[in-house]
Amino acid sequence: MEARLQELKNEALEKIQAAQTVKELTDVRVAYLGKKGPITDVLKGMGKLPAEERPKMGALANEVRAEVTESLDARMVILEEQAINEKLQSETIDISLPGRPAKTGNPHPLTRVVEEIEDLFLSMGYEIAEGPEVEKDYYNFEALNLPKGHPARDMQDSFYITEDILLRTHTSPVQARTMEAKGGEPIKIICPGKVYRRDNDDATHSHQFTQIEGLVVGEDIRMSDLKGTLSVFAKKMFGEDREIRLRPSFFPFTEPSVEMDISCFKCGGSGCNVCKKTGWIEILGAGMVHPNVLEMAGYDSKRLTGFAFGMGPERIAMLKYGIEDIRHFYTNDVRFLTQFQRTEL
Amino acid sequence: MLVSTKWLKEYVNTQDLPPAELGEKITRAGIEVDAVIDRSEGLANLVVGYVTDCVKHPEADKLSICQVDVGGGEIDQIICGAPNIAKGQTVIVARPGAKLPGGMKIKKAKLRGEVSNGMICSLQELGIETKLVPKSYAEGIYVLPEKAEPGTDVLSYLDLDDTVLELGLTPNRADAMSMLGVAYEVGAILEEEVSLPEIEYAEAADAAESMLSLEVDAPEANPLYVAKVVRNVKVKESPLWLQQRLMAAGVRPHNNVVDVTNYILMEYGQPLHAFDYDSLGTGNITVRQAKEGEKITTLDDTERTLSAHHLVITNGKDPVALAGVMGGANSEVSDETTTVVIESAYFASDSIRRTSKDHNLRSDASSRYEKGVDPNRVIPAAERAAQLLAQLADGEVLKGSLVFDQLDKQERIVKVSPDFINSRLGMKIRLEDMLDILSRLKFKTEAVNNQLIIEVPTRRQDIQIEEDVVEEIARLYGYDEIPATLPRTDATPGGLSPYQAKRRIARHFLEGAGLLQATTYSLTSEAAATQFALEPTETTRLLMPMSEERSILRQSLLPHLLESLSYNTARRTDSAALYETGSVFLKGQDELLDEQEHLAIVMTGLWLDHSWQGEKKAVDFFVAKGIVEGLADKLGLELSFERGEMDGLHPGRTAFVLLDGKRIGVIGALHPSEQKKRDLKETIVVELNLATLLTRETEALVYTQVSRYPTISRDIALVLSKIVEAQTIEDVIRKAGGKLLKDVRVFDLYEGERMEEGKKSLAFSLRYFDPEKTLTDEEVNAAHEKIIKALTESGAELR
Ligand SMILES: [Zn+2]
Repeated sequence: MEARLQELKNEALEKIQAAQTVKELTDVRVAYLGKKGPITDVLKGMGKLPAEERPKMGALANEVRAEVTESLDARMVILEEQAINEKLQSETIDISLPGRPAKTGNPHPLTRVVEEIEDLFLSMGYEIAEGPEVEKDYYNFEALNLPKGHPARDMQDSFYITEDILLRTHTSPVQARTMEAKGGEPIKIICPGKVYRRDNDDATHSHQFTQIEGLVVGEDIRMSDLKGTLSVFAKKMFGEDREIRLRPSFFPFTEPSVEMDISCFKCGGSGCNVCKKTGWIEILGAGMVHPNVLEMAGYDSKRLTGFAFGMGPERIAMLKYGIEDIRHFYTNDVRFLTQFQRTEL
Repeated sequence: MLVSTKWLKEYVNTQDLPPAELGEKITRAGIEVDAVIDRSEGLANLVVGYVTDCVKHPEADKLSICQVDVGGGEIDQIICGAPNIAKGQTVIVARPGAKLPGGMKIKKAKLRGEVSNGMICSLQELGIETKLVPKSYAEGIYVLPEKAEPGTDVLSYLDLDDTVLELGLTPNRADAMSMLGVAYEVGAILEEEVSLPEIEYAEAADAAESMLSLEVDAPEANPLYVAKVVRNVKVKESPLWLQQRLMAAGVRPHNNVVDVTNYILMEYGQPLHAFDYDSLGTGNITVRQAKEGEKITTLDDTERTLSAHHLVITNGKDPVALAGVMGGANSEVSDETTTVVIESAYFASDSIRRTSKDHNLRSDASSRYEKGVDPNRVIPAAERAAQLLAQLADGEVLKGSLVFDQLDKQERIVKVSPDFINSRLGMKIRLEDMLDILSRLKFKTEAVNNQLIIEVPTRRQDIQIEEDVVEEIARLYGYDEIPATLPRTDATPGGLSPYQAKRRIARHFLEGAGLLQATTYSLTSEAAATQFALEPTETTRLLMPMSEERSILRQSLLPHLLESLSYNTARRTDSAALYETGSVFLKGQDELLDEQEHLAIVMTGLWLDHSWQGEKKAVDFFVAKGIVEGLADKLGLELSFERGEMDGLHPGRTAFVLLDGKRIGVIGALHPSEQKKRDLKETIVVELNLATLLTRETEALVYTQVSRYPTISRDIALVLSKIVEAQTIEDVIRKAGGKLLKDVRVFDLYEGERMEEGKKSLAFSLRYFDPEKTLTDEEVNAAHEKIIKALTESGAELR
């Protein structure tokens, strides 16, 4: 009987080592350790043994059982791990395949520029003022020191609807309307919007385009405040190391009037094709609000002064992104629009 | 304005500054120099030549064989193709080794067997525009008006060793529309004095009055008129220096009389006109308003019909010039002219502007009158003309002038305090620096009691108020000196208005949903103006459109957005989804239009395309509807939808969008015929009145406690007639469901062949919930039974 047990043990251990899968090993377990297994059978035959041999045999049987169980468990750990590895192997994917694209759109490049400018001035305590695109001649011209017959009206050939109604040629009428509505109170606004001029559309002209203007009116507003404000704007929009310079110019609604150049952001001032070899790029027009404009809107120009500035988001976008043709902004080619997705921060 | 720097030096010392540097200084001080043009660019080794002999080329009709004295005792043979070449001419010769603009190099050559040692040049070949070349030389070589030593360097002889500054003048700086004006500006910048031309000439014994009488019947429009008479004039070509100066200034030389008037126009900024005295025929000049319907043929050979508000110069009977704009053909100076009447006048700018606009006629004269000429230069300019005519046309100037003068020529006084100037600029400029700048500008200034009393020269009509003086001081002191500060106003909160903030939220939602923002034009064609308009009104047309395509204000954003889609699909971008926010323009109560901000969406092609995973989804009505519903949720609004029809949209796939029962938008599939017309595949459009959505106030957001109790789901599948809308069934369910019914959702639609003809199967998932406790089966069953009963009663069949 002892020999029989030893034989069974060796047989079982051999089969355990031979098992290649969890299932085969489970079969071995059932075959040798199960209730109907040979070891159990041997133990059942113990009754036929003399009483003094029984404990010894019992101990031996338990020993065999324990040894087989231990071997089984050890083998099971190996086979289970092997099984998991095989499963993982079979589940491997080609991670180089493209991901499922997240459906996403993006703002128009002009909106992108306008919003960037808006946010800068909002952070400096400005409000955004808006007004009609179809405007009265009064707000578009007269209230801005451009009476009928003023030579500067030639500068902006306009789309009239009636003798007194036209498509606004700049966003300045919003300034005039805001001043009128504020009734002599201080103002800090920017006015973005669409404007229209009688121009033939080509690479650099568009009969419809956008503008952003700013207006600050208050006690003792000085030209130096304009310069400081524009300098903050230039650094924020075009980079911290930008310098600005003011050049005298003329606008009927400001006096003095200036044009602002920034040091070229491409070459830093040494001269390149962006700045036409001058090192400077013209960005916007500005000036101190003309006393006639303040007075027309009901302000006491002796007590309150102000500055105003205006710029073209198209021009800024063209410079910033290197866009060569203004018509791109209005044809909505998807291959153009989708390029303004990512951040630059 | 084109300014020859060589000519400019006659009036002001430019300190031998390189022209580019001078230009930069002028720009920084306020007048923008748009271009610096080197007149000698590309020119080298050109000499004066004298044609000693000229015969026809035996082998070529159009060529001449010339023997040309090129100096240094050399006679070179040159073949010339110009029709006007002749023996005895002094010409411009490009010898072998010479360079002409455009990189052309002259070499010794053989033309039809004859040697040619260079080329005889036209002015065009020297880089001068044809429109500036005197008419007689426009088709051939240029013949120098005077004899010159052969071999002389042409660049200096023709004053081509010159650089021209092109000034971009703003309308306020009319003073710089003359060489003298520019000289004053440059003098102020460089701190140099200006020297005016010296006017001296001999007068005849006879007085001008002996030949001419003057009458002005329109003193408002013509407060100052000066006429001088010059007789025994020899009309001929102007001397070289005059021709060259005119060409440098962009004016074509004609003859000495006309050239003198143009020269003074450029020098003084004062327009002059020369009449042929004999053609006047009456010995009289009368300035008056035109008679209604009166006619004049101007120098450009155009007959013009006049109105009473046009000012004319007459010979006492008939118009001989459209005052300040253009002369009449009937009194033009010709080669036969012997006596000339010179007009120098001050015409009011409004009068000239109207005349020039009515006749669509712009001239160098009218543009200067429109901006206002210097009252104090009218008389000197007439004297200057007399001097030059005496000098260059051998004329005999009659004594005195005929003058009508009611013009105020007084200098304007502007008073401003130094404190005012500094407070406007945010600077601390010293009084003596201010006085220095004003004296450089030649503004006579007295400083009295902390007040500058400034006498502004009449040439500077733009200096009228204190702020104008602030600008003069600032621009010459230098804007670079202004410090950078920020407004010292009270802190303001600033920020977006609720409307503006919600517009951004809406935009960001739409972009997050996968739409690209587009921008299209507001102006459109008559046909497109009201297509897809939610509330079409009468259209609004421009008075003077540039084209029919851009003549009417749009009432819907969709036509142009659809054009953008077609533009993309034509370029093989088959799938695109765009949105735009912008104004539509409706006729309103006010004289202004009713401008409403709208939102439009267009989409075509595939909405989802994950090709390698085999997942594709074309755009359809429900993609668009989902976006609209999502937008409404984002804005806290509840929208409803009703079936509708609109021209251009699929009649079975169109819904109007309602807010509070009011129609505020449309969602629809483009009608197949409209798709075909626009070369589009299945396309879905949306237009919403965005202003209505954004102005609607939303309720405060209050948190609902997250419940500890579970929800219980039950499904119902129904067989329905195909025409029954899901919404109708949902309404029945909701009505019957009571408090416990939390949510109803369609989860299946089947219309396949397993269904009876005209029927569909629609399945709903219902969720029951009680915030107070866990629902028992009995409670749910009771509620569910009620719903089933209501559905059965409404004609639905349980599946
Ligand atoms: Zn550069």
